[in-house]
Amino acid sequence: MIDWFNVILQGVLVGGLYAMFAAGLSLIFGVMRLVNIAHGDLIVLAAYIALVTTEALGIGPLVSLLLVVPIMAAIGYALQRLILNRTLGEDLLPPLLVTFGLSVIIQNGLLTLFTADDRKLQAGSIDVATVRLFEGVYVGILPFLQFVVAIAVIAALQFIFYRTALGRAFRATADSQEVAQLMGLDNRHVFALAMALSLAVVAIAGVFLAIRADFDPSIGPARLIFGFEAVIIGGLGSLWGTFVGGLVLGVAQAIGAHINPGWQILAGHIAFLVILAVRPEGLFARVRG
Amino acid sequence: MSESLAPPLLAVRQLDAFYGDFQALFDLSMEVRSGEAVAVIGANGAGKSTLLKTIAGLLQARPEAIVFDGEPIGDKPAYAIAARGVALVPEGRRLFPSLSVEENLLLGGQLKRHGPWNLRSVYELFPVLGERRDLPSTALSGGQQQMVAIARGLMSNPKLLLCDEISLGLAPIVVREIYARLPAILAAGTSVVLVEQDIVQALKAAQRVYCLQEGWVALTGAAKDLSRETIAAAYFGM
Repeated sequence: MIDWFNVILQGVLVGGLYAMFAAGLSLIFGVMRLVNIAHGDLIVLAAYIALVTTEALGIGPLVSLLLVVPIMAAIGYALQRLILNRTLGEDLLPPLLVTFGLSVIIQNGLLTLFTADDRKLQAGSIDVATVRLFEGVYVGILPFLQFVVAIAVIAALQFIFYRTALGRAFRATADSQEVAQLMGLDNRHVFALAMALSLAVVAIAGVFLAIRADFDPSIGPARLIFGFEAVIIGGLGSLWGTFVGGLVLGVAQAIGAHINPGWQILAGHIAFLVILAVRPEGLFARVRG
Repeated sequence: MSESLAPPLLAVRQLDAFYGDFQALFDLSMEVRSGEAVAVIGANGAGKSTLLKTIAGLLQARPEAIVFDGEPIGDKPAYAIAARGVALVPEGRRLFPSLSVEENLLLGGQLKRHGPWNLRSVYELFPVLGERRDLPSTALSGGQQQMVAIARGLMSNPKLLLCDEISLGLAPIVVREIYARLPAILAAGTSVVLVEQDIVQALKAAQRVYCLQEGWVALTGAAKDLSRETIAAAYFGM
């Protein structure tokens, strides 16, 4: 019994990371109907930027967030302004193709610069520190911290989206680009800000991914799939739904892995397919008129 | 007709406008002076909405074809024209469905141009909106949605408010109620262009009239000088 409790708890904690993968993806799709195929590779890019900053400056990975987050946000703004804005229009295919190309470019760029070797960020003593919740149940400080950060990220996005002028601009531009421009909003700038925010979240997700486990330039596409699955499970247009989607995926994977280590990824996909079959609109889809 | 010596707030000069290969406006010229209400009337497809969309920057033209406040703006994008003080109340209202009434208004005011209009003053102009400020904009009646669209335009404190068919689909009593607010808008220093098919309301509210016919100005003059017969002739091309 306590054994299963531990399994589910670990799944929940990993789920927070998946929710962070998904949040940036969901944000971009919601604001500009852009499906960012390079999302997973951008997460890995953030991990490598964190690797370089920690090694060059001798700082810990959590401190490196102070640099990695603004760097990724700047990359996001420039990427949107210089490339992705040109692909947006009635047709959904051009942004798909361009971000797919971007995914290939990032993977190969990282491979050339850093080789295919496994890397990992060292967080020092808290890397292995655990606390005992109660008899037989231990939680690693890092997974717990990562989970708390995931909640904070989702809450912050929720706040920005529904309580600030920036969020109003995002929602209005998503409703109608034409009318938003009549109100004085430059949609190219609004989209670039949305991508900057998305990649700021990607930066946080990338650093935690890199502390948790080994990474190499090829692991991006799998993170993209996890992100997609979490968004679809939770339902489009709901940030807390995305969070729950991440948890469902994390728990399913943990249960699969506990039954048979080879079933971890498979169990996640099965959970995704079951929910897609039973509730195609996702668990918490916001009905839009 | 006495001409003011001050340059007009808006001058449209020999404007040609196109939808792809289709030419919607031909060599069109018009003026709006400061503090004035001007009606643009005409049948369906006469080019009234095209004219407003071109002034607001949703359609591009030669730079000098549209001069606003002494500056050529014909080739400027819509958001830059809005920043200069032109607000379009689009046909069909086009509120943001994801936003509440008040959020629609705040978005209209996001340019933060200074002037008499803010949440408090537009709620005074349309008190019913204040009572419904937290509702989704889609939950309002057609007339109330039109009020939101006008108030949203005013929130940017425009020098020129372009109103596209504000009477469309509304009951006559509601149309009268909305038109009754027009003097307050003009008194606050905003000039207004009214595009209408309902010419009775437009003629009552405006000082001057342009009647369009298939993309041309068929008739122009002071509203009080034009008889129904001359307007009907220009309207239908008889």
